[in-house]
Amino acid sequence: MSAPATDRLAVTAPASGRLDTGPRPGLSQAERLGAVMGHHLVVYRRTWKGSIINRFLSPLFFLLSMGLGLGTLVDDGAGGVDGVPYLQFVVPGIIAVQAMWLSFGESTYAVFGYIRWNQMYAAMLSSPLRVTEVLGGHLAVVGVHLVVATTIFVGVASLFGAFASWWVLLTIPVGLLTGLAFAVPTFALSATLDNDNGFSLLYRFVVTPLMLFSGTFFPVEQLPAALRPIAWGTPLWHGVELSRDAATGTPPGWLGVGHLGVLLLYIGAGWVLAHRQFSRRLVS
Amino acid sequence: MRWRVSGSSSSVVPVTDDVLLRARGLTKRFGTFTAVDGIDVEVRKGEAFGFLGPNGAGKSSTMRMIGCVSPVTEGELRILDMDPATDGAAIRARLGVCPQRDILDEDLSVEENLWVYGRFFGLSRSEVHQRADELLQFAQLGERRRDRVEPLSGGMKRRLTIARSLMNNPEVLLLDEPTTGLDPQARHVLWDRLFRLKREGVTLIITTHYMDEAEQLCDRLVVMDHGRIVAEGSPRALIAEHSTREVVELRFDLDDQERHVDAVSGVGERLEVLPDRLLVYVDDGDAALTSLHARGVEPLSSLVRRSTLEDVFLHLTGRTLVD
Repeated sequence: MSAPATDRLAVTAPASGRLDTGPRPGLSQAERLGAVMGHHLVVYRRTWKGSIINRFLSPLFFLLSMGLGLGTLVDDGAGGVDGVPYLQFVVPGIIAVQAMWLSFGESTYAVFGYIRWNQMYAAMLSSPLRVTEVLGGHLAVVGVHLVVATTIFVGVASLFGAFASWWVLLTIPVGLLTGLAFAVPTFALSATLDNDNGFSLLYRFVVTPLMLFSGTFFPVEQLPAALRPIAWGTPLWHGVELSRDAATGTPPGWLGVGHLGVLLLYIGAGWVLAHRQFSRRLVS
Repeated sequence: MRWRVSGSSSSVVPVTDDVLLRARGLTKRFGTFTAVDGIDVEVRKGEAFGFLGPNGAGKSSTMRMIGCVSPVTEGELRILDMDPATDGAAIRARLGVCPQRDILDEDLSVEENLWVYGRFFGLSRSEVHQRADELLQFAQLGERRRDRVEPLSGGMKRRLTIARSLMNNPEVLLLDEPTTGLDPQARHVLWDRLFRLKREGVTLIITTHYMDEAEQLCDRLVVMDHGRIVAEGSPRALIAEHSTREVVELRFDLDDQERHVDAVSGVGERLEVLPDRLLVYVDDGDAALTSLHARGVEPLSSLVRRSTLEDVFLHLTGRTLVD
């Protein structure tokens, strides 16, 4: 406390003009998004170790246990799924599931905490940044995580011979879109909840059932007819189907366009809701 | 430009006649609840201006409108000659905002907190680093710059929050309850930093429910209650206008106070009955004590002190500031 204090604050740095007295040059959209993304990436540089197990090892465990372990039984007993070896059937599903997991991981407690606990969004909004960039920048970072995680998983799975076609590279954008179809609406939800109890319900009653019943480990045609429409309504099944088409090099056709449309619909509607909820919570 | 001697800091501070903030009939409603009820305020460049009032008086809602993060429901608000509704980002580029809670990234180091925040204002990497170096010195946090934020003391976190709010070299600094929750020593360190800023010409807009803080820091203030302004002026003028020179505080045995109210009420200009004590407003406290003694009033303890803004508030609203 007794350390001598210099009398501040000569502004000596080279000029952006944004430290001057009087009107200051505005920020471009790229600068705004870059500032928000920069913040999240600096934080991630400090916290990434804790995310490794969930993010990279869980998908790998599923690949080993389902793809290789269970897969041997399926291939021996039933000749794969519709003639496709089980490993090649299940791995594209795991890609989509991994995207869903990652998105929930990045858009539940993380978003809620930024609103309620450390109020980082409020800090951002007291600068020239606006809700659009605060929301868009955070989602863009989730997108970066999705691309990196999907790419790594595709690379690892290919070592096990999980893919039949180079079109598998298209699973990377599919993973991105599938993830965002969960992340964007979940941002809206996280900005709406008054406490974080809802999240454990979300994991228990949404994430896990979706993972099990969206055509990931077996075709949805195996489900009782009454349950199938539920799979059709959620983003995961559409992501799984797109991912599977890409990984097996199947031309998508109109059905593929439909899958893509559903994912984009979730993202678009989610954005409108998230923007509205962020505005209500943060700048009302 | 004229020069005036500010309250108790007795430093010579330039206060200009340039109006930096003007509010007319400023109103904020949330549904049917009116948080700010048509207030008129004018803040001049270089001034330290305060909003004094109890919790729930509408100070924070006012500050959020001034900080351009809460739309004005009704009335006029102009800041730096701009309209928050249309020029919010341009105004915020020139504001520093120090919120009531220390909203820091506890996973990051002290200096990283400053760097990332500076980037929100579009400062270059070198500007951010240089500015952070200056402010770490200013906030007396140079030795802790590489430490994580989480284990820092409350006073240090507060100073870091203030340092962060200065990253963009703001012309106006908004401070919402700047010393709530700090121990007395940390408060004085903080006040000292704020005086320095004021001397640099930064306009300070402060909310507080501590009268001593308002008296220490503010050239001029408004007293708020239930979303309205009930008085306005310099701390001294407010005390002169709404209170007496001295106050005699009398404490009695638990159930004794009631019995003495009648005997005490003839003495002095005014009497306030609080749950735990009587406040007698007089010009000469010692003389009043003598005459109380002559009337046979024997309190457990008595204290003569000068009037403060707390007394002004009590007089204006019939309630104490801090419950």
